[in-house]
Amino acid sequence: MMRIIVKLFATLREGRSAIETIDLEPGATVADILRPLNISEKEAALIFLNSRHANLSAELADGDTLSIFPPIGGG
Amino acid sequence: MGDLREHLLSRALGDLLPWAEQCAASEAYGVTVGQVEEAALEAGLLPARYQRNRKTFSTADQLKLFRSTVAVIGCGGLGGYVIEELARLGVGRLKAIDPDVFEEHNLNRQLMSTVAALGRPKVEAASGRVAEINPAVEIITLQDRFCRENGKSLLSGADVAVDALDSITTRLELADVCADLGIALVHGSIAGWYGQLVSQFPGESTLQTIYGRCADGVGVEKQLGNPSYTPAVVASLQVAEVCKILLGRGTPVTGAMLVINLLDMEFSKFKIRC
Repeated sequence: MMRIIVKLFATLREGRSAIETIDLEPGATVADILRPLNISEKEAALIFLNSRHANLSAELADGDTLSIFPPIGGG
Repeated sequence: MGDLREHLLSRALGDLLPWAEQCAASEAYGVTVGQVEEAALEAGLLPARYQRNRKTFSTADQLKLFRSTVAVIGCGGLGGYVIEELARLGVGRLKAIDPDVFEEHNLNRQLMSTVAALGRPKVEAASGRVAEINPAVEIITLQDRFCRENGKSLLSGADVAVDALDSITTRLELADVCADLGIALVHGSIAGWYGQLVSQFPGESTLQTIYGRCADGVGVEKQLGNPSYTPAVVASLQVAEVCKILLGRGTPVTGAMLVINLLDMEFSKFKIRC
């Protein structure tokens, strides 16, 4: 198993913790982490893997940290 | 103008030019207070209003700021503070772009909104405010909705554009127009306790990456709204970026995004380029 730390921002914290720890099978991608968190791909507008921008298809490794943001567009 | 220079040098207190002298010279020589300001700065004199800037900016820096043009696209929550701060900083020419009039729900956060201004164009209020705080600054008001079609004309002559829009779709059009014109774009956006900041130079596509999966163009600000302090914080960060870009100083947030979380008071920077 791989252990991934997920940091959630803004509205994604509602009903969830600011930091979640998720265990996944090896080979899992960023998209696979959204399901157990009940976050839609649309809500996860912006994803950083270890502080670098990542796509939904990026593969995860044990100990990775993901930061997930909803879209912010107000002015 | 040779006369004006000598006149200003004779009226200065040390190297400071008091506002009353700036106004008197404007009348005596039949030029604007802005033209007097430029002549003073060229002569190495500092208009006295900027004396608390001088440990941060040299008189040459102040002249550079005065000769700069900044376009502010959106004159609401972010834009109001951005225009206020740019005018106080002494950026010589501002282009204020916004199609809207003030409505009651703007009063909780938009600096230029007042009870008396309800129903009045936002750009008109911005222009009135700049005239009150720094008449040497020229403000060009464009009561128009920014889009790809009119963008080049609205931004013409600008050295830097400030994204103070409230629409993701329009932001991406703004980013494209800035790329075409070869001007830097300072992006800010807000929702609730949260905000973000990016400086994008021609050839970069940070904003396109950030908003790449936001097809419907709507962010969480529709759920969260915006309180008074978030636009003030993010607008100030944007003005600091504009100032750095105009003067070629410091390190702008480029190829990266600064994430602002005022609820937990966290500022984090994330790299966009891999």
